[in-house]
Amino acid sequence: MQATSDEALIGRIATGDKVAMQVLFARHHVRVYRFVLRLVRDQTKAEDLISEVFLDVWRQAGKFEARSAVSTWLLAIARYKALSALRRRPDEELDDETAAAIEDPGDDPETALEKKDKGEILRKCLTALSPEHREIIDLVYYHEKSVEEVAEIVGIPQNTVKTRMFYARKRLSELLKAAGVDRGWP
Amino acid sequence: MMTKNETERRDIEALLPWHAAGTLTRRDAQRVEAALNEDRDLARQFELVREELGETIHLNETLGAPSARAMERLLAGIEAEGAKGRRRQSFNLAAFIGERMSMFSPRTLAWSAVTAVLAIVLQAGLLANLYINEPGSEVPSAYKTASATRSLGPVGSYALIGFTPQASAADVTKFLEAHKASIVEGPKPGGLYRIRVSTTALPKNDLAAIVKQMQDDSKIVRFVAATE
Repeated sequence: MQATSDEALIGRIATGDKVAMQVLFARHHVRVYRFVLRLVRDQTKAEDLISEVFLDVWRQAGKFEARSAVSTWLLAIARYKALSALRRRPDEELDDETAAAIEDPGDDPETALEKKDKGEILRKCLTALSPEHREIIDLVYYHEKSVEEVAEIVGIPQNTVKTRMFYARKRLSELLKAAGVDRGWP
Repeated sequence: MMTKNETERRDIEALLPWHAAGTLTRRDAQRVEAALNEDRDLARQFELVREELGETIHLNETLGAPSARAMERLLAGIEAEGAKGRRRQSFNLAAFIGERMSMFSPRTLAWSAVTAVLAIVLQAGLLANLYINEPGSEVPSAYKTASATRSLGPVGSYALIGFTPQASAADVTKFLEAHKASIVEGPKPGGLYRIRVSTTALPKNDLAAIVKQMQDDSKIVRFVAATE
């Protein structure tokens, strides 16, 4: 049995089909939630925001032109809403220090190294990246977005996407090195 | 200055994350594969990329999932939108007539207008005659509905109900029909609805029994309680 495509669901949602909306929500809400949560770092806020994202889909389904994948459209809406929410909270600036302080309340990389778990250190360092770098790494590795799709979601040129990803990885290697894991790159 | 080979290598290096994620075009994927086979350093770097990919997935998967509140909030929003939508889409008599009239020729329209005026004059005459000739009355009799003597107060028995996020619109409709209930208000905060379970005021025990029956349908109902 073949599942209804996202595009077909959007078509049904445009006609007011609530069940199609529920199917689309069930299919994508966890990933959208995780994307938003990594940006706003507040579970309640992230839940509120994903409701708003899908409500926007309900309202705008008729205008969806299928030039991009539905999941890309969802992430673009989610990103816009998350950043708007952050702008309304000036105390939640998107800087490295805040991100590291909020995301990494447990062991610092040095302490984690003592646990002799390279994977764990890598994950700690991933959370210590700036939101901009964390976002691009998540979009490429976790949300499986192509260069073109990341460019569309983040609103930057494709070459900038590649450069940003390169520097995000470079920063990750620096953090790992500071934590005692020298990967020999860059 | 960077040579052509260096530029090509940097291009390939920049594509490694997408190659690991499997999101490159076939052509780019082939370019990267060819370079990986020839360049050991690049192949080593690709292993690091794969490591990052695995841990990024691991990290995201430990973030958990949103609670049912997100879905309830969405459905409540959709219900609110639906109410607005219905108002916007209400039947517009003027637009309907206008649309139909535009289909006719000017001559047909002229004759229709004359006929309509005659019909109005005739109807006015008949009504005036009826009013003047009604025996024993100086004013027309008051308008009464068949149900005028019945109280329009909120008679009946009610419950407050919340549906599970999995419940579809069809499930809810079927559930309401099975219990001879209807939604009279909502969604309220928390995604709750006020439903009428009987058109008469039931004794407390009977209402509790109905609520209990509804509670048993846990696939659809996440909360139900008797209310005023």
